[in-house]
Amino acid sequence: MRRLLAIYPTLLRVGFASALAYRAELLVWMLTTNLPLINLALWSAVAREAPVHGYGTPEFVAYYLSTQVVRLVTSAWVVWEMTTDVRQGVMAMRLLRPVHPLLDYSAENLAAVPLRAMLALPIAVILVVLESAHLSHDPFTWACVPLLIAGGWAMTFLVMSIVGTLAFFVESAGSVFELWLGLYAVFSGYMVPLAFFPHWLRVVADVLPFRLLLGVQVQAMLGQLSHADIARAFALQALWIAGLFVAVRLLWNAGVRRYAAYGG
Amino acid sequence: MVHVRELSKVYRVHQRPPGLVPAFKSIFHRAYRNVPAVQSLSFDIGPGERVGFLGPNGAGKTTTLKMLAGLLHPTSGSALVNGFVPRERSVGLLKSITLVMGQKQQLLWDLPPAETFALNRAIYEVPPAQFQDTVRELSELLELGELVNQPTRQLSLGERMKCELAAALLHRPKVLFLDEPTIGLDVAMQLTVREFVRRYNERYGATVLLTSHYMEDVRALCPRVVVIDKGRLLFDGAIEELVKSVKPNKRIVLKLSRPVDGADAARFGEVMEHEPSRIELDVRPDQLQAAVAGALASLPIADLVVEDPPLEDALRELFRRSRTDGADSR
Repeated sequence: MRRLLAIYPTLLRVGFASALAYRAELLVWMLTTNLPLINLALWSAVAREAPVHGYGTPEFVAYYLSTQVVRLVTSAWVVWEMTTDVRQGVMAMRLLRPVHPLLDYSAENLAAVPLRAMLALPIAVILVVLESAHLSHDPFTWACVPLLIAGGWAMTFLVMSIVGTLAFFVESAGSVFELWLGLYAVFSGYMVPLAFFPHWLRVVADVLPFRLLLGVQVQAMLGQLSHADIARAFALQALWIAGLFVAVRLLWNAGVRRYAAYGG
Repeated sequence: MVHVRELSKVYRVHQRPPGLVPAFKSIFHRAYRNVPAVQSLSFDIGPGERVGFLGPNGAGKTTTLKMLAGLLHPTSGSALVNGFVPRERSVGLLKSITLVMGQKQQLLWDLPPAETFALNRAIYEVPPAQFQDTVRELSELLELGELVNQPTRQLSLGERMKCELAAALLHRPKVLFLDEPTIGLDVAMQLTVREFVRRYNERYGATVLLTSHYMEDVRALCPRVVVIDKGRLLFDGAIEELVKSVKPNKRIVLKLSRPVDGADAARFGEVMEHEPSRIELDVRPDQLQAAVAGALASLPIADLVVEDPPLEDALRELFRRSRTDGADSR
């Protein structure tokens, strides 16, 4: 652990330098991650006639701008990096270093978060200026939001790492993640607020992990969660993180044994 | 320092003939074939030795190096590198070795090499003073200068390889696995890399296992060679022994003051090369003295050198025999 603490700041610093080097790509990615804004336009038009499930235009603005901010700061890209690295043999170079490649990937992905947060800042400012009335006014809730976001990021990273590790076993690990993304879009509240779901589907969404990646953070920002709800969300995130951590360790160890290190 | 016993690696390779029907079939039934890449390989390398690891393409050299570096798990057999079992990939092992692959790089593509150096300093926990010393020393040896501050993507292949070597050696590894480190480099750069490896070996007493298709690399650096083909050991010993045992004949290189007919020279040995001012003869050892005396007496010789046949010829002959023996035993 002491060794990790000594190494990690440098990994983060170099990761940040890499993120800066790829700032143009990052900006393009952020500009194309605009589904919440498209949804906002659609639902606002619908809500002009009459509120939908209690959401008028201001509520939709608050919801989708919050969604956009949370999505931008909880994203990672390790799954695509890992699948490419395994396929092109680059993983060999990572495995040669006396630091776990997943730790290396985590620093690279985490180091980009400040840059993403900076680029998400204008959206957050618009959100506060336009819709402060629809945001939580509870300081405790706001203190918890960054932690819920950190938990959501950690879950996203671990799930991506698991799918990325599948690249040791199958060639099409990337497409497995597409399936995950489809479910995420529906059950995290990314497409539509979970409040719009029928009761039975809300129960399903509660059991699945997706809501913990984006939905709870957005709901907390909008003041829709009690302190007890927030505590429950933390507990569930902690459980999922522990489970995913164990799963990725086991899968990784099995994958490295199978690794053929093709490509020169 | 490196001990290899009965090491084997078998790859399970997916087979699929070309065409739409086989592609469709392979969805339901995948056919596999076992390909033995390394077969019962055994050898030992002592501390500070420089050993050439030779074989034709697909002989199993890179697979062996990857097993010794802990990247691949052997199918059977065992290996020990600096006292560590490679497949356990312990921090101790990874800190004491380096694997440089001419076709792969560890340098961060969009950042200057100096950033990779800083990253490696942290990862390998190199003390700051030692880091400064080593960077200075490697920079001098490899003439890196300002290269380390330019983004890697803007460096030429040779410049990148020099920085790659520096990055790979910052932690002063005790064992160097070098897989085609000079591939694609021009002659001057090959010489620089060669000289650098030799000086690093002499300075730190590091063990070097080198694969290269450039025999000049091997000849200049490695007093000993381990030769494999189809994953099997063919030879382990000094280069001179290899040449002597496989190609015992000597070469007489004649520089001529005026052109002569090939038939005149053929009286003293088999003509291997014939140019207007130069002839190379292949001569049996027991006929060497007579051949030299005869040539000196009857040909217009400006200079005469007796040498061993090229390493390339010895290897070609060794591989030919190995394949003939393999075919015979089938």
